[in-house]
Amino acid sequence: MDLSLSTRTVGDRTVVEVGGEIDVYTAPKLREQLVELVNDGNYHLVVDMEGVDFLDSTGLGVLVGGLKRVRAHEGSLRLVCNQERILKIFRITGLTKVFPIHTSVDDAVAATD
Amino acid sequence: MATVELRFSALPEHVRTARLVAAAVARRAGVDEAVLDEVRLAVGEACTRAVGLHLSHGVEAPVRVVLTDEEKKFSIEVGDETPTTAGLTPGSHPDVDEEPAAEGEDEMGLAVISGLVDDVEVTTSDTGGRIRMSWPTAPQSLLP
Repeated sequence: MDLSLSTRTVGDRTVVEVGGEIDVYTAPKLREQLVELVNDGNYHLVVDMEGVDFLDSTGLGVLVGGLKRVRAHEGSLRLVCNQERILKIFRITGLTKVFPIHTSVDDAVAATD
Repeated sequence: MATVELRFSALPEHVRTARLVAAAVARRAGVDEAVLDEVRLAVGEACTRAVGLHLSHGVEAPVRVVLTDEEKKFSIEVGDETPTTAGLTPGSHPDVDEEPAAEGEDEMGLAVISGLVDDVEVTTSDTGGRIRMSWPTAPQSLLP
């Protein structure tokens, strides 16, 4: 399965809906998307990972890279994820402390801290 | 003897195939369903690392994945053909300036593997590196 990406604006946030598998082959596409959004001035991103079936360290690297980019503009990158198998990867790498992870897009969009 | 052996050109698009094959063979060998996600992720990480090493060092040989159904365990060995000296000498990494994240991702891959798999062994030699992992399997006789 390939990677699917779609973006929409909710208030001052840009929601990136990701579906499929994020791995060494597809991660560059996600990287491009995030870079493009930041270059276009979107600094508050919400990455909705509910449709993601697989995520590996390459995908984590891209998300960390995205976070670094938005932070350079005092922005934010929030994740939406309820899937235990995906959350596990964030936990074992200690990235749950780096990313705010929300249970719904509404929750992530409303978050301000 | 290996149950299934896979060799693939060191290209990112083939890593998914290796994951699918490994998970299918692991399921058949009796690895618990709950652990199959871990097998899929670990073998993907190992193959991603091997592909990265081959590409960055211009190694044209294929990446090798050996899946073996042993008596009480299922083992996976992922081998690359990047010599130790090339992989470990500081400054020898040709991509190091191009994308600083590449080296870090490689380490993150290993971190994920060691976080996921209890029985894992990483070795390097003059002929290449090897990641060996294993998972327990349910004894066939105890299955209903």
